Amino acid sequence: MADFTFSVILNNLLWAARWTVLLSLIAFVSGGIVGLIVLFGRVSDHWALRLLTAGYIEFFQGTPLLMQLFLFFFGVALFGIEVSPWVAAWLALTFWTSAFLSEIWRGCVEAVPRGQWEASSTLAMSYFEQMRYVILPQAARIAVAPTVGFSVQVIKGTALASIIGFVELTKAGTMLNNATFRPFLVYSLVALIYFCLCFPLSWYAKRLEGRLNVAR
Amino acid sequence: MIYQLSFGDLLPYWDVLARGLAFTIILTAVSTVAGIGLGTAGAGARTFGPKWAGYAVGVYVELIRNTPFIVQLFFVFFGLPALGVKLTEAQAAFLAMVINLGAYSTEIIRAGIEAVPKGHIEAGLSLAMSRWEIFRYVVLKQAFMKVYPALSSQIIIVMLGSAVVSQISAEDLTYAANFIQSRNFRAFEAYFAVALLYLLLAIAMRAVLRGIGRLVFPKV
Amino acid sequence: MSLVSITDVRKSFGPVEVLKGVSMQVKRGDVVAIIGRSGSGKSTLLRCINGLESFQSGSISVDGLEVGNGKTDLRTLRRYVGMVFQQFNLFPHLTAGENIMLAPTVVAKTLKGEARHVAEQLLAKVGLEGKFDAYPSQLSGGQQQRVAIARALAMRPTVLLCDEITSALDPELVNEVLRVVEQLASEGMTLMLVTHEMRFARDVGTKLVFMHAGRVHEEGPPRELFANPQTPELAQFVSGLN
Repeated sequence: MADFTFSVILNNLLWAARWTVLLSLIAFVSGGIVGLIVLFGRVSDHWALRLLTAGYIEFFQGTPLLMQLFLFFFGVALFGIEVSPWVAAWLALTFWTSAFLSEIWRGCVEAVPRGQWEASSTLAMSYFEQMRYVILPQAARIAVAPTVGFSVQVIKGTALASIIGFVELTKAGTMLNNATFRPFLVYSLVALIYFCLCFPLSWYAKRLEGRLNVAR
Repeated sequence: MIYQLSFGDLLPYWDVLARGLAFTIILTAVSTVAGIGLGTAGAGARTFGPKWAGYAVGVYVELIRNTPFIVQLFFVFFGLPALGVKLTEAQAAFLAMVINLGAYSTEIIRAGIEAVPKGHIEAGLSLAMSRWEIFRYVVLKQAFMKVYPALSSQIIIVMLGSAVVSQISAEDLTYAANFIQSRNFRAFEAYFAVALLYLLLAIAMRAVLRGIGRLVFPKV
Repeated sequence: MSLVSITDVRKSFGPVEVLKGVSMQVKRGDVVAIIGRSGSGKSTLLRCINGLESFQSGSISVDGLEVGNGKTDLRTLRRYVGMVFQQFNLFPHLTAGENIMLAPTVVAKTLKGEARHVAEQLLAKVGLEGKFDAYPSQLSGGQQQRVAIARALAMRPTVLLCDEITSALDPELVNEVLRVVEQLASEGMTLMLVTHEMRFARDVGTKLVFMHAGRVHEEGPPRELFANPQTPELAQFVSGLN
């Protein structure tokens, strides 16, 4: 047990942190793709689509991410498919992320003046063409800062994957703590690594936001 | 084999669910009050306080906002005893929640304070008010009015995040779900029912918070 | 004996000197109208008098109290110097009456009942009886500014500073505010107004100060100055108005 020196603990944590990074990246990208699809439904003219996507967002924003993890972990198994913690975590984080991102982006789309919709519709553009060529390019400009800001939530959200047994940074911390009985050191280092991952993104998001306010 | 969903198997455990729900509600209520108190003090220190206090609060806010709640919880529950601070599961849950919401509400309330027009502060100064009096009577309520919706959302986010306290065996709603599924092996049903309870709680809290807002703040 | 005495005041914002040695004497009961182009330093001068802006050199005293340089507690000074702002700056979370009552109860420790009584009287004085419970957002600009005047009067100031108090108002609302100021002047209140209302400056003012490029360029009785400007700058300023 004395073998677990500071550097051994740190090395193990850093090694596990790559899974945190990888899961964050994958969940963020897939969450973004699903979020974009939800967004199209959320701002469409079709009331049923709007209602459906609103319910979807309500569910994933209104229940704990931990519950969603459990539901995917145990729920997919009901269909006779054995899921690994990795897949369950990826699925839950994807849907959770998509709900938040689509709602953030909806705010940005609605910030685009109504006249832009009207102008583009007089040019006989379809809904998708309006979104693709007129609305989204304008919304994207103001969406960057809150989107980067939300990526911090995704990284922190991956910590919950530890609960269903996915060995990432937090789980590695728990395992190292059980082996070394040095909780103060271990969890300080875990927190520090998360901080190093998240703080640059938080800082960058704030800077982007500030620059946008000046531009306005 | 096709799995048969059976929510009836949850019924015998209604009292476990009720106790868990009560714990989650109390945990949320207490940490809301204490957390916003902490956040108000933090925001005051950052905007109207001495420089060193502002920096100290800034470090606290960034540390909390850039680390996962579960790690904060483990740090409080497992880490602090190493320093001689021994906490029960419930105490650790309450403390971690207050620290967490305190940081977020500091940032939210600070934004509200900074949105108060400079002219209002000058008007207060011209009326011979001290900085403390201006903060207390002119700035604070205006700031709360401005950020009340953001603060409400954050309270609900923190409530949902509190599910994690089950991991140190604090007996909240998620703990109840864990307990039930360990007894009747109906994991999906238990978690699904509890997820819906959380959803209902979030919707109810939103309504209550909106009602409080209408009651407390003038329509301006 | 001057109530407000300003001697060779200099003030810079960074490299830009906005007050380049301003001197002025104001007697009790004077109504001083300060005019000039924007950027001539007139608002800055007013804000120096109650310590909202600090200045680098020179001296200002109000009723014997030295302003700035740490000689007098600014809060003591501000109890005697009221101020009304261009943007009203009413507190939006308080009703009109509560806006007026705030400083008397918090700063002067007046009892609530008495402060309320005074607030009601002041609201009547500015022609807003019955608006005690109205929030600022429910009042017109002219009404808001009149509440702001009442709020400043509630501290019983010896001098009232008015910083372009009609500039943010719609033209049809200007007169209701000016009438209140005129009434204050007739009651003997010492007033210093930065204003663009030249007719008001001429008819109500007892003294006109024309500021130009950070200095008092010309001063004297308003009617004489308007009729007979001594400097080309004032002549141009006056003619440019019509």
